[in-house]
Amino acid sequence: MSEDFKPKIIYFMCSWCGTGGSETASAHHLYYPENVIPFRVNCTGAISPLHLLRAFVEGADGIVISGCHPGDCHYNDGNFRARRRVASIKSILDSLGLGADRVWFRYVAHGEGKRFADTAAEFNEHIKNLGPNPLKERKET
Amino acid sequence: MPKVLKLSQGVQEGTKELLRFLLSEEKVKGIVTLKERSPQQGMGYSLITNPQELPNTRPLYPLMPSNAGKILSHLTLKGPSPQPLAVVAKPCEIRAFIELAKRAQGGVENILLISQTCPGVFPLQMSVNGGLKEKLSSYWKSAQKNEVFSEIRSTCKGCVDFIPQNADIVVSVAGSKDSEKECEIFLNTSKGESFVEGIKGSKAAEKEITNKQTQELLDKRKEGRKKMFDQVEAEKPEIEGLVQIFGRCIGCHGCSHVCPICYCDLCFFDSQQNEHLPQTFERYLDLRGGLRLPPDTVFYHLGRLMHTSISCVGCGMCSDVCPVDIPVSSIFTKVGEAVQKKFQYTPGKDIEEPVPSGTYKEEEFKEIGEQS
Repeated sequence: MSEDFKPKIIYFMCSWCGTGGSETASAHHLYYPENVIPFRVNCTGAISPLHLLRAFVEGADGIVISGCHPGDCHYNDGNFRARRRVASIKSILDSLGLGADRVWFRYVAHGEGKRFADTAAEFNEHIKNLGPNPLKERKET
Repeated sequence: MPKVLKLSQGVQEGTKELLRFLLSEEKVKGIVTLKERSPQQGMGYSLITNPQELPNTRPLYPLMPSNAGKILSHLTLKGPSPQPLAVVAKPCEIRAFIELAKRAQGGVENILLISQTCPGVFPLQMSVNGGLKEKLSSYWKSAQKNEVFSEIRSTCKGCVDFIPQNADIVVSVAGSKDSEKECEIFLNTSKGESFVEGIKGSKAAEKEITNKQTQELLDKRKEGRKKMFDQVEAEKPEIEGLVQIFGRCIGCHGCSHVCPICYCDLCFFDSQQNEHLPQTFERYLDLRGGLRLPPDTVFYHLGRLMHTSISCVGCGMCSDVCPVDIPVSSIFTKVGEAVQKKFQYTPGKDIEEPVPSGTYKEEEFKEIGEQS
């Protein structure tokens, strides 16, 4: 993989824990790769599978979803529902050979600024190894 | 084990006799079944209330003009039928109806579900072109012999759920050797038993629906299923393959309109939400230098997979209506099987079991939360 490949990564984070994590990271002056684009949603449970698919079709190389730790969801069960949805999306992508590991789901609590920055950096490395998303250059999608 | 009712007619006449009994004894108010309307109108589902219409009905006719699950959902969407109705449908249609009922798109209250061990149905095109009627007698013969008839829908050739699980009454068709002379009817539930109370016929002892013959057919169907999946696999459904397979798509959205699981009033893909801003097109052009029109066909099919794969009953309507012969159903059943396996869920099996996408457990998919 060429060194100058800068993956485009969409980081879905919920308003409560995920974004809180990024605030804590900024308070501690922790850096994450600038090609990771934060995208705030009210709750991970509100993310439709179509949003993720749309992101892929429109040229994202990878997607991370961060919600609250189990039991911490502001709406009680949004993160559990999101986890099910991610599980089904992964198995759909897997059975079609579309690379399910371009989607990550990780819990990041409000105080876990380091975990937030680490996740972004780790995922960035991971996608760099995978290479660009083959969907994005196709005219026919 | 279900009780067995034996009627001394062939399976076609026997089923009609059962329907005649239900109507004339006023056990049910009406029956939803396939009916030959006129040579021009052809075969279609009808709601009949008069026993005199029965000679024109073809309850076991091997055709699925539309998925009866969808029809039943429309009948019961705004509330249960005030008077009991019976419906004769294929197993996958019953499963579709159960799935819809679980999603609050109808209800099984006051509905007597009659089904059959299903030898498969013909593609719709054959009934329109008139080639179906000549094939009928050899179709019934092959059903007696437990064979997979060569001209049924390709989805049916790979269907392993041909024994209905949720029907109240099951007519034994596939795997019934003497279906010309006698009609074996399984009374699956107490509801089914109470409806046929008083019918003339011998009530034999209890018996399992599955037997050596159905097992034999199951093995053949499993083989067919493997073949069907191998065909999908051979097209390499990675991005390149998908672009090739769905490249023919003309964007008519017919597959979603006939799909029993696609019940949304307004589909996302037909809505304004799916219309792009000029900036979006511009971005597409920047990214790719060109665009297929209509755009987003792969997106559409993947999106539909995300919505329906968990409940896909494998009825094959989607492939059947596709004007450009995309093997939609083969892909959907293959992906559906993987997703359903992951959630250990069988669509249409248990009406009490919630649909996985609407529920969750706290202790599950641990590996996903700790992704790395």
